Amino acid sequence: MNEAVRFHFVVDGEDFTSAGQASVQVKKNLRRLGIPPEIIRKISIAMYEGEINMVIHANGGEAEVLVYEDRVEMILTDRGPGIANIEDAMKEGYSTAPDNVRSLGFGAGMGLPNMKRYTDGMKIESVVGEGTTITMTVNLT
Amino acid sequence: MNSYEHSVSLDLTRCTGCTACLKHCPTEAIRIKDGHAQINPDRCIDCGICIKICPSKAKKATYSRLDKVLKRKYKIALPAPSLYGQFEDLDDVDFVLQGLKNIGFDDVFEVSKAAELVSAYTRLYLKTEGIPKPVINSACPVVLRLISLRYPTLKEHIMQLLPPMEIAARLARERAMKEHPELSREDICICFISPCPAKVSYVRNGFGDYKSEVDEVLSISDVYFNLINVMRRQHQPDQLSESGVIGISWATTGGEASALFNDKYLAADGIDNVNRVLEQLDNGNISGLEFVELNACPGGCVGGAMVVENPFVAKARLQTLRRYLPVSQTKLTGDERDYIPQNFFFDELPTYMPIQRLSANFGESLRMMAVIQKLHEALPGIDCGACGAPNCRAFAEDVVCGRSPEDGCVLLQKQQLEVLLKSKEEEQNRDSATTGS
Repeated sequence: MNEAVRFHFVVDGEDFTSAGQASVQVKKNLRRLGIPPEIIRKISIAMYEGEINMVIHANGGEAEVLVYEDRVEMILTDRGPGIANIEDAMKEGYSTAPDNVRSLGFGAGMGLPNMKRYTDGMKIESVVGEGTTITMTVNLT
Repeated sequence: MNSYEHSVSLDLTRCTGCTACLKHCPTEAIRIKDGHAQINPDRCIDCGICIKICPSKAKKATYSRLDKVLKRKYKIALPAPSLYGQFEDLDDVDFVLQGLKNIGFDDVFEVSKAAELVSAYTRLYLKTEGIPKPVINSACPVVLRLISLRYPTLKEHIMQLLPPMEIAARLARERAMKEHPELSREDICICFISPCPAKVSYVRNGFGDYKSEVDEVLSISDVYFNLINVMRRQHQPDQLSESGVIGISWATTGGEASALFNDKYLAADGIDNVNRVLEQLDNGNISGLEFVELNACPGGCVGGAMVVENPFVAKARLQTLRRYLPVSQTKLTGDERDYIPQNFFFDELPTYMPIQRLSANFGESLRMMAVIQKLHEALPGIDCGACGAPNCRAFAEDVVCGRSPEDGCVLLQKQQLEVLLKSKEEEQNRDSATTGS
């Protein structure tokens, strides 16, 4: 079977308290598919970080999770400010998060580095002023 | 997996097949089939919510009967601290303990006494190098089973110290054999007086490789009604209680955690909240915690399905009851403070049971998921429960897994019928129009 099973989520940027919900839903669905727990953990952490980023920086966005027989792909799309310098953004500890979310423990500058760490492939496409699309892949085999 | 013995039974004559339990089961273990509820034993975690929620009292906890237990040669009562919260105007635990002796128990060993030992050893346990933090409490069997079914990555966080009930059982038996050398091991019957059916299952099934030291589990509600008679007539009881504030506080949420004298703890109760905390821990989103106390029942053990009193009333009574007690009556002395004895540990954590997966074959699971999604989209999505599944998604899953017939959704059928009727009507109108012209 070549066609992927697709899960689609709208990440609400207005409500910070609901951030992280898509990650929980993805996890539930991946468990139904019988994906090993260690891999689910990697996917849900990467997904969570991406979701939080969209809420903090881009006023929300959309998440598409595609499950193939050999891999899981996560595509996160937003219409936020874009990332001016991707190289800087990838550095651990680098953050442009506002103070109000930092007080909640977010914005430590570990989002993108963690997304890279927990996935087997990550691609960032970003245009300043237009938005960002991040594609992450986790191999299943 | 099927060999797991549960402790919830259904009275078929009483079950009306309503959707109360179906809707409230936290693991979607219940389906309504042939007019009554059915529990999937692989998914059931013995939380007792269906027992509490059933309007027809058709769901019952299974436990040992008091009169039967009392026929045994040497029986020891192990009252859970939640028992003490059931009585009105009780100002001394000794009345309860004396009462237990008066109804026929040969000895009494308070679980709260053992709890104080476990608290002392937990303080030591938290100092162990290399253990994954936060440590999750091991006293609530529902939480343990939930973790083994859903949160395999958190397994290593479970505290590997035995719960107070087990420690009490071992110490009680040791005491009996010392005081009565004529007794054989089989002569002694250790009876835990339990607030919940989950403890019944724990005792029957053990945990991982561990086999319970408890022989019989009685229900607090059952024992309560026998106790109130003898307790009224009782004058001054013997001085029997050896519990302090810490031991008694284990009956309510936060009691176990606050006894650790460490403020880096979280205490949550109610299965939904427990799930939320576990979900967040699983994602690594709670930092800076040393200890996590989770109880499946609202309020803690006082909220179990086999108690008599409203958990909040019981909690208030326990507050009064422990008011003038010493902090703890069981302390570690000398060498005991250096290490935890081996017989306080259990060795093996339970294995992960992926009950949620659709098929053992991943490709097959993917194919099934695609069909489920398609069917789910066609369903009305109001989660009415009329099909016998708790929600539309579960129904779609049941259909694809062959557990439910495709025509089970009444609303979808009605919709299809309406479409059919409409097309028939149009056909008739067309016919009459042609004949009219």
